[in-house]
Formats: sequence, structure tokens, C-alpha cells
Amino acid sequence: MDGKELLFKLSNLNAVSGSEYLLKNTLSDAFKDYVDDIDEGNLGDFIAHKKGSSDGKFKIMIAAHADEVGLLVTGIDERGFIHFNEVAGIDPKTLPAQEVIIHGKKDVYGVIGAKPPHVLSSDDMKKAVKIEDMVIDTGLDKDEVLKLITIGDFITIKREAKNLLGNFMTGKALDDRSGIAILYECARELQKMNHYADVYFVSSVMEETGCGGVSTSTYKINPQIGIAVDVTFGDTYLDDDDVDGDCGKGIPIYVGPNLHPKLTEKLIEVAKENNIPHSISVSPGATGTDAWEMQIQREGVPTLLISLPLKYMHTSTEVIDYRDVKTAGKLLAQFISEIKDGDSYEL
Amino acid sequence: MNYDVLKEYTDALSPSGCEGNIRDVIKSKVQNFGDIVVDSMGNLMVHKKGSGKRVMIAAHMDEVGFIVTSICKDGRIKFGTVGGIDPRILVSKRVVFVKNNLLGVIGVKPIHLQDREERGKPIPKKDLFIDIGATSKEEAEKYVKLGDFAAFESEYIDLGETIKAKALDDRIGCFLLTKLLKDDYDFDLYGAFTAQEEVGSRGAGVAAYRIKPDVAIAIEGTTCADIAKDEKDFVTTLGDGPAISLMDRTSSASGKLLKMIINTAEENKIPYQFRRGIVGGNDAGRISRAREGCLTCTISVPTRYIHSPISMIKKKDFENTLKLIKLVLKNIEKGEF
Amino acid sequence: MELLNKLTAAFGPSGYEDEVADIIIDEIKPYVDEIKRDRLGNIIALKKGKTSKKIMTSAHMDQIGVMVSYIEKEGYLRFTNVGWVDPHAILYHIVRFKNGVTGIVSKEDKKEIKDLKLKDLYIDIGACSKEEAESKVRIGDFAVFKSFFKLVGDRVYSGALDDRIGCYILIEAAKRLKDNKSDVYFTFTVQEETYTSGAATSAFAIEPDMAVVIDVTDTGDTPNCNAMAVKMGDGAAIKVKDGGMICHPFIKKFLEETAEKYGIKHQYEILVGGATDGSEIHVSKTGVLTGAISIPSRYVHTPEELVDMKDVEAVISLLTKTLEEWEK
Repeated sequence: MDGKELLFKLSNLNAVSGSEYLLKNTLSDAFKDYVDDIDEGNLGDFIAHKKGSSDGKFKIMIAAHADEVGLLVTGIDERGFIHFNEVAGIDPKTLPAQEVIIHGKKDVYGVIGAKPPHVLSSDDMKKAVKIEDMVIDTGLDKDEVLKLITIGDFITIKREAKNLLGNFMTGKALDDRSGIAILYECARELQKMNHYADVYFVSSVMEETGCGGVSTSTYKINPQIGIAVDVTFGDTYLDDDDVDGDCGKGIPIYVGPNLHPKLTEKLIEVAKENNIPHSISVSPGATGTDAWEMQIQREGVPTLLISLPLKYMHTSTEVIDYRDVKTAGKLLAQFISEIKDGDSYEL
Repeated sequence: MNYDVLKEYTDALSPSGCEGNIRDVIKSKVQNFGDIVVDSMGNLMVHKKGSGKRVMIAAHMDEVGFIVTSICKDGRIKFGTVGGIDPRILVSKRVVFVKNNLLGVIGVKPIHLQDREERGKPIPKKDLFIDIGATSKEEAEKYVKLGDFAAFESEYIDLGETIKAKALDDRIGCFLLTKLLKDDYDFDLYGAFTAQEEVGSRGAGVAAYRIKPDVAIAIEGTTCADIAKDEKDFVTTLGDGPAISLMDRTSSASGKLLKMIINTAEENKIPYQFRRGIVGGNDAGRISRAREGCLTCTISVPTRYIHSPISMIKKKDFENTLKLIKLVLKNIEKGEF
Repeated sequence: MELLNKLTAAFGPSGYEDEVADIIIDEIKPYVDEIKRDRLGNIIALKKGKTSKKIMTSAHMDQIGVMVSYIEKEGYLRFTNVGWVDPHAILYHIVRFKNGVTGIVSKEDKKEIKDLKLKDLYIDIGACSKEEAESKVRIGDFAVFKSFFKLVGDRVYSGALDDRIGCYILIEAAKRLKDNKSDVYFTFTVQEETYTSGAATSAFAIEPDMAVVIDVTDTGDTPNCNAMAVKMGDGAAIKVKDGGMICHPFIKKFLEETAEKYGIKHQYEILVGGATDGSEIHVSKTGVLTGAISIPSRYVHTPEELVDMKDVEAVISLLTKTLEEWEK
């Protein structure tokens, strides 16, 4: 399948932090033709290994996180309405009038109720609705609900990925499943290339909740280089210094204490020499990505970070330019092919 | 005591993530004292082989500083702070770029042009910028690029009993560790000049994972805050001797080790104080919880105005801290804790 | 109740857990095959099983407290917190030091209660001068909150139920555990309230395949409280998620199925703020399948906490059965 097809599939799968193992079959199906073996970490992280001529001596790990933001059931009231809270980083303002799926004993469809304008005062409409004042309506009565749903069940927004104009596409969980698509594009590029390094494509866990699940994959693989692939703000319609991406215009490469200076320099050189559109983003401290945990595993891992520009992050209407996914995949593959036996990156 | 090496250490420009300069200077002083390893974080570790306990002594090489985040059309340079800096002290200071020793000023709107409200409020960090004298983005880009590091400009000044310099947190610790490494000990000693402490003790845990210490001492240049109005708000007092940490945001001094350190000070009549308050953290945090854990303590030289260009220490505090740590190491040799 | 009383009365602020450890080792020794205390002070007690799989079950020994940071010239003590301490919860309560000295926590007269911070408080040990105070306590001394222990029906009022009730549960489970399939490591950790460093280092040493953390949790059944599904008396609370981790769905399912199989009363816990040792354990080394069974408690981190012994009994049963039956 091609990368965009995989991304559509991944975006439509439902896996909130902690349930990343649910992506395993789709990922295995996709990666198996491009790698030598497939493994699973203890917490549900997916690891696909493509051998290099180093035969295990030099390992590069590339990680994108599998988990999406979501909700979970906190209570079921007398009338069968379901109360909920967020699992990580969801803006409650995006929830009224959304359709959801509750993953209980089976998947149950529901809507997050919203009062119609007729019964709202103008004052009401000036305030954001709080999550504790929202409920999910499944249309079922209490007894039916209790048979299917328990407190703690996870909830995702019901959304199908679709194309927009040009190369734009939209869907939920593009943060960071589009990162996984980048890994896939890289794996496909590497088919045509010789490389010294063994490459480990990792779909990591629990990034959105800040639990740092990537530390377990990094510890297991113990790579010589770790590359984190995440998304960054592409919301150029805002006048905000923190927006460092522009969809379709290239891949931000990060510099700062979290990233290895010599390897980052090499990555930038590779991008320049191969005319791969890119930009430089600066992070004075923690990058807020898997790179932070990767860097300090065991005796330290030289770390790199690239990001995909994405608009409307942490909503079910995220938007990316698919060309950026291919560009990033190419950049990573080119970089990997230029890591040679005997190269030194000592500080 | 000769403080020339301290001057060399504090003169080096090395914010967190850019420790190359200070590492080279330190290496030139310690390379004959043991086996040297530089790891992927940039930690510099010196191993003086011995038998018995594995002892790790850590001092961090990095200082707080600046990193270029964007360059304006008119040549002004926007920056982020590396490590914790109170933005209010940045106004009207000078910085030096690590790569090429280029000077820049952090300018500010003249008071004449500030309205009443503005005068009473600190300038938001995002409105600060560095001026290197460039008049366009193109010109500025000939000298600096995104991600370049800079440090405070600050001259080392010996005031007799006091020394003023930038980065005494923790070049004073590096200076002390350098002196310790000259001697020989009856245990397996690892001197770790750690990287990236100021952005979250990033190097220390990685170094401890490699070293696997039984016991560790972190040496810091720690805050005094002794110019606060109320004595109870001081953290340490300049002139009152080495500051022994009890507890802070990242670790608690290991009971047995702490007791031995206090006894050592008392038995040898070395003036000492406790680091009061539990603000701040240091490398001991990550070291104490690496792998299966180890006993840790932090002993610091009280330093006024840390994280600013004008930090200060008292020579007698440094000398007493050095004395205390040497005696503590003797007691570790004897296994007394 | 005697054991629980002894455990909660023991002096054990984070970093100084020895007194608690001594009681636990004495109690649990006859029921396990190996016991050791590691460098940070964690107790790791192994009860061997038949397979090579390892389960780690943990409860923390330390309690919150205060540390003396300054002595005023009139003999008043200023202090900082050991673990999370709410100034309102401790105002006018009594603290006790290891050497038996006690004092009252009071506030600066001019400070308003609604804006109270720890730095506005001081401890009065009845000393009239700095010298007199220094003959009794020193800077760096730790103190805990004095509490009474009282059983009212099925409910226990005591300080330090967080997490001595967890320690009690682990000890009881060790006593009842027969024929466990996997190796069970009863782990009593240090410094959970401050740094969760005890959990990190003990998990690193043990390398468990699965872990079950036993700690207290809040309830959502007091007047005008934040909504929470956990109710006192509704049984063992199987954790779904807290501020530091999400319980692995397989372990949550195993706990659920075990509770249902043995008719053990249970409910579900989602804790919005707050984390436990689980946050460190689940990401140790290559990752550990981690779950938690919590004890519904009220007034956590105040000098008098409250639990229902029926809930405690449910947790002991569920933990014991889980330890007996789990093997991946």
C-alpha cells in the first residue's frame, strides 16, 4: 500500500494512550514487506527492524508516537448519560456537538450534547462550555448503557480521514500517526538504498500523557542514534512566534541542548546537498517530544528531531500537506544512507 | 591559594548544550590525572582507578545562557534563555557569542518613550532582543545563525576576599573537583564534569548510569539569597562556610552520609552551614536514582547572584569547602558511614 | 488492628523510613524466602513461585512531614514541606519529632487564612529562645503530624494511612499467599511522597514482568466534592488512570476478571491530580505491565485520614488472588 493509504488507515483506528497495541496488525501488514523482523515492546510499542551491513553494531532508532488524545468515561448517570474527562490535551471547546465512539464491551456510538441557540442566553454563549458540564448521549437507556459501558472505557472522536484541496488531507490523530507514515515512507525509500546502520522503526507509546513510553523502546534497542519524528504548529494564520512550521514548505529540523550538535549539523547538510526543503527550529530546553526521554537512556543516546507542520493540533480536524510526509521520509532515508562505518560523532 | 584556573574556567563561554569550550579547558588541566571519557551528552569523566568503593564526584560544566531563535528583518536577534534566568536581569546587559566571540547588547526602549504603565512593569521576554550592530537580516546572518549560543559578558574580578565572575555556578565546583583529582585515594574515583545540568540535570544521570557509583557527592555553587529582607528567607549565607544540602526539589541527603559529613566538619572545626529551604535541584537527584540507586549528598560553595553575570563567592568559603570535602573523602576511604 | 496501629504510629517521613522498615521486616520475614534492604532503603521481600515470571507489588513506607529550615531568635521554628503539604490542612495541628519533641503549627497573626502559604507558618515547641530550641531540635530535623488511631465500626481514623494501609495490605497478602505461580516481590518503597526514586531503583533491580501498586485514592462522596466515581464502602478500587500513568488494559482486565471470579467487591478509579509509584515502575527498563488497586480514602494528606476496613479487606483479597493466579 502507499503511504497515504496507510495514514488514512492509521488515522481511522482508535487508540488512546495506553492502547497503542491496537495498531499492531495494521502496522505489521504495512511494514512487513520492507523490514526483516517485527517485534513488540512490553507496553505495546511496535518495532520493525531493517538490517544494515553493520549487522547489529550500529543502530539507528526512529520513533513516532502512536497514541492519540482522547477521553474516558468517568460516570454514568441515572438517565443513562455518560460523563467523561480528557485523557490528554484535548481542548473542551472542540467537543460540543461532536460524534464519538465509546470503546466499551463493544463500540458504542454517541454524541456530545449541545444546547440549541434558541434556549441559550447571549451571556451563556460568551462562555466556553466546561468538560464537567458535558455529557454523551448514546440514545440508549441506563440499563442498556450499563451492559455495554464501564467507568474507565476510552472514548475517541468519530472521524474519517479525507482529502482536501491540493495535497492537503484531514483526519484525527495525524499527531503523530503522520509521523508513522513518515517512518513508512523512509522504509520504502531505503529499499532502493544500501545502508550500514541497522534501522529500527518504532511506533512509541504514551507520549501524549507525558509518561515517556519511548524510554522503554530506547532502553530495549539501545541505539547509537535516536531520531524522534513528531508534529509542530503549521498555523501560519496566527501571528505567533511559536509557530515554526508552514505546511508544504519543508521540514523543521531542531537544534538546541536536547539534540546532538554534530549529528544535527550532518542532517542539515544532507538536506541542503539533496535539495530537500527544510527549515531550522530552535528549542532552548525540553522539546516536548520523544527526543527528551530518548536522549538520556542508559549511557546517553545522540538524538535528532524533525517535525511535520500540522494545523489545528489536538483536534479531530487536523490538517497536513502529504508532500511533507514524503519529504521527511526522503530526508531520513538519505541521512541513514550517509552514516558510514568508521564515522565519528564525538563531542 | 592561586585562583588563575578559576578565572580560566569562568571565562569559558559554555551554556548548556554547548560545553565544548569549558570541556577543552578542563581537559587540559585534568588529562594526566586518570583515564578520560567524553560521552554523547558531552560529560567529561576522569577515572582514577582504585580498589574498594566506587565514588563519583560531580560538578557541572554548563552555565545559563542564550540561544538564537530568529533573526529580524532589521538585523535584531531574538533569543531564548538556556536554563533558568529571571528575564528582568537581562535588560541592558551584554552577551558574547560562543562561536566567534562577537559582542551583542540586550537593548531596551528608553525610559523617555515608555508610558506610565510600561515603566512599572517588567519587559516581557518576547520583546527582548540582541543587537550586534547589524542593520539587516542578511548582514546579521553573516555572523550568527539560528541555534547559535551566547553567554553573559562578565569580567572575572578579584576583590580581595571575594571573587566576582559569571558562571561561578558551577565553575567553582569544577575548580574544586580539579583540585581533588590531583590527589590519590584508596577507592575507585570517578570525577564527572557533567553537561546540561541547568536544563534539567541531563548529563548527570547518564554519567551515573555508566559509572555505577556506590556513593556520590555533588559539588555546587548554590544560591545565597542572603540579601533578602528577612534572615529566615536566606538559603545560605556568604562567609558562613560550606553549605551542606539537607533536601531540595530533586533529592534528600542520604542519612548516614549526611551524618558523617556533619561529624567531619565538627570534629575538624570547619565552619559549615546547612542549605536551608528546599528550592532548586542539582545533579544529586539524577545520580541518586540511577540504576539501583546510590548514597548521595551535595556540598556547595555559597554563591550570591547565581544565574546572573555578577555571581560572587568568598575565598574562605571555597577553601573551607575544599578542606571539608578532602576530609570527607578520607572518611569514605576508611569506610566510615 | 494492632499491626495497623503500629505501622501508622511509626516515624517515617520521606528519607527516614527506618522505623517503619523495622516493623515491616519483623512481620513479613516468616512468610517470604528472601528479604533485603537496598541502598536507598527499599525493602524487597521475595516469595518464590514456580515459573520464572516476576510480579512486583508495592506500597510506600514514607509519609509526608516537615523539615526545620530556620530557628528564630525567640525559639520559633520555620519549616519546609516534605512531600505535598497543604498549609490549611496542618494549621493548629501538632507535629512530632523523632526524639519525642512536639510542637504546634501556627500562623503569623497578620496573615489571612485564605491566602495562607507554608512560609507564613511556624512551629511553637514551647521554647523561649533560640538556644533553648536548639537544645531540643536542629535545622534539618524532620517531623511528622501527630494523630490518634481510632476504629469506629468498620472505619479507621489515623494519620499516615497513606500509605501504611498499603504496607499493611502487602503484609496481609504475604501471610495469606499460598502457591503463587510467579515469583512475587513484595516491595516497600521509600521517598514516594517526594521523588518516587524508591520505585525507580527497586523496579530497576527487580525487572518485573508485571506490577501491582497499592496506594490510597480519593473518594467522590463527600459534600460538594469534585465528581469522582470512587465511593467509600464500594470495594477495592481498580485504577484506570491517574496523573502519572495509565494502567495497562490487560492488567486492568485481569484484575477485573479476578475480582468477578471470586466475588470481590470492586469499583473503578480515575484520579485527575496525583500520581503514585506506578508512574516510575511502568516505564522502567523495557517497560512493565502495571496496574494498581487503590484504597478509597478521605482527607488524604491531612493529619487524620479515613478508610473503611471492608474496602481494605477487598483489596487484600483481590491482591492475594492476583498474586496467586497471575502468570502471563
